[in-house]
Amino acid sequence: MREFLEGSQAVTRVVKLCKPGVISAYPITPQTHIVEGLAQMVADGQLNSQFVNVESEHSAASVVLGAVATGVRAYTATSSQGLFYMGEVLFNIAGLRLPVMLTCANRAISAPINIWNDQQDSVSMRDCGFIQFYAEDIQEVVDLHLIGYRVAEDKSVMLPVMVCMDGFILTHGIETIDMPQQEEVDKFLPPYSALYKLDPERPLTMGPLVDPEYYMEMRFAIQETHKEVIKLIPQITAQFFKVFGRQYHGLIEEYRTKDAQRVIVAMGSVCGTIKEVVDELRAKGKKVGLLKITTYRPFPHQEIYERLKNIPRVAVLDKALSLGSYAPLAVEVKAAFFGKKKQPQVISSFVAGLGGRDITKDSIKEIFRLLTAKERACEFIDLKPELLKETYE
Amino acid sequence: MNRQLFAPGHTACVGCGQSLGARLVIEASGPNTIVANNTGCLEVFSTKYPESSWGVPWIHSLFENAAAVASGIEAALIYLGKKDTVNVIAQGGDGGTADIGLQALSGMFERGQDILYVCYDNEAYMNTGIQRSGLTPFDANTTTSPAGSASSGNIRPKKPMPEIANAHGIPYVATASVGFPQDLQRKVKKAVSIKGPKYIQIHVPCPLGWRHEPVQTAQVAKTAVEAGLYPLVEYENTRLIAVRKIKPSPVEEYLKLQGRFKHLLNNPEEIKKIQEIANHNIEKYNLRVTSSEKNLSTEC
Repeated sequence: MREFLEGSQAVTRVVKLCKPGVISAYPITPQTHIVEGLAQMVADGQLNSQFVNVESEHSAASVVLGAVATGVRAYTATSSQGLFYMGEVLFNIAGLRLPVMLTCANRAISAPINIWNDQQDSVSMRDCGFIQFYAEDIQEVVDLHLIGYRVAEDKSVMLPVMVCMDGFILTHGIETIDMPQQEEVDKFLPPYSALYKLDPERPLTMGPLVDPEYYMEMRFAIQETHKEVIKLIPQITAQFFKVFGRQYHGLIEEYRTKDAQRVIVAMGSVCGTIKEVVDELRAKGKKVGLLKITTYRPFPHQEIYERLKNIPRVAVLDKALSLGSYAPLAVEVKAAFFGKKKQPQVISSFVAGLGGRDITKDSIKEIFRLLTAKERACEFIDLKPELLKETYE
Repeated sequence: MNRQLFAPGHTACVGCGQSLGARLVIEASGPNTIVANNTGCLEVFSTKYPESSWGVPWIHSLFENAAAVASGIEAALIYLGKKDTVNVIAQGGDGGTADIGLQALSGMFERGQDILYVCYDNEAYMNTGIQRSGLTPFDANTTTSPAGSASSGNIRPKKPMPEIANAHGIPYVATASVGFPQDLQRKVKKAVSIKGPKYIQIHVPCPLGWRHEPVQTAQVAKTAVEAGLYPLVEYENTRLIAVRKIKPSPVEEYLKLQGRFKHLLNNPEEIKKIQEIANHNIEKYNLRVTSSEKNLSTEC
């Protein structure tokens, strides 16, 4: 059924369809509309779920950890500092192999404090073991929650999932959404059945002390599972297509890359802007395209290699930094060509949109313009040089 | 009951008060219990993979979040319709409770969740090597509050955790001691029979950190109570309902058993300060046994 919905509202609707037994979250902009909506659904008796109001994101993550460990599907959402405050727990959730679902409404990191969008928060959490999806639009946000729960709870996976949606741009944007029906969701997403759970009938110990004799193997096992997830995601999205009629590759999406000479690689809502620019430039006969990365963890190195190996010039657009080094997504795209014979002549790296600075169509055109034979590392787009000259006495 | 809820063979130190306390607690709560444990000695010595002492479902996540993990467990049990048949216990040491875990614990209290929180109070961060915590007593010598020519040890008294718990208006708060195991188990049984958040703080001597003889664990614990330095109190709905009456012994009787107070023995001024802490407790809780009372827990 097609409905006109705010992004956060769409998330609450799809989360309700997934029937989590426990929801816990702590207020932070721009995530708050999501949990407000869920709280209202519980208050109105529309959603049979325990809504646990906590005193911090650390506890929100801990509550969903405890709930999933007890065999119940759970949901949380956060942004920015909240995600960082959860950070310790996120590593723990993944290490305990608990398929928690977390929506990250992407927002910049302090200092300076800034509530607007970039992707520094979730990108910084790339090593925590969560599967990470980045959505381009609100429809994809909705669908990635369904796909995410399916992947996370697959018996061969048992890992948590983070669905990343650009703060304000997607959380507060409004789109016409094809909202799935409950029967369809029930067909696609069976009730959660835990492999192991806290149950007095069958007592077990979770989270023991593991010494050097065993620790490496447990971490290795998670790494190996991530490799399996790469194979599983396209299978799950194929099943998703059968039920819902919307087709996703799941790992990546190609947009007019077939004969492209210049391609931008990006994640999230900026891909919509890039597609518009690609269309405009294509109309003028420029051979340009977009490679969208949907799954950032596990990182689809092989897919990226296959899609980009014959592209002469590639630009990687980051909405995050790894201060003191090259931009994070650019490093990983480059790593996809590690040890390979074929590779683009140029892989240039651009940083844009930090702290909510608009990435306009002109910003994207500037990236294409700068994508020359000269390789660029961490080139900032839309920087205001006059501000850098300001001094305080 | 055939299955052992807390099996021996773990790696706790000889004379560990916490291992004794943990066994008394879980045996009082029974097999239909789920435990969430903070990081600390108890977690380390009872669950060294691939072995575990626990005969109940047990989870360890992090240092400071057992109260929040237990909150998720409780919420899940309510969702499953099983809460009425399962006790949920969150537990940790004094640092995990009164310092790093206080926020999560306060949240659990304030939400009114049906969980018993047990603090095993050995009065310092023993697992990391005897650093002071918010529950380290005044003048105790620890590795981060060392006694020296310019210091007589820990400069502050214990954080009043039972009062902090009570300030949340929760239905049951008690202190207990491994020196009085029957009293301890009675309190645990009572606590799990009450719906809502409960807090029990158990004094658990640590031979390594307190530097006393391992065989003296129970004796040291008893002496703390008898000196008025660890009052055994019980509150229902924030009202003090019972205390263990004592014939107060001088605090030296307690201090002299332990290396952590050894530096005070020739320092009457400092001992006087500790005696004042005991006297304050004795007066505040009316601990002194009167001629008509026996040396037992008495209704207030």
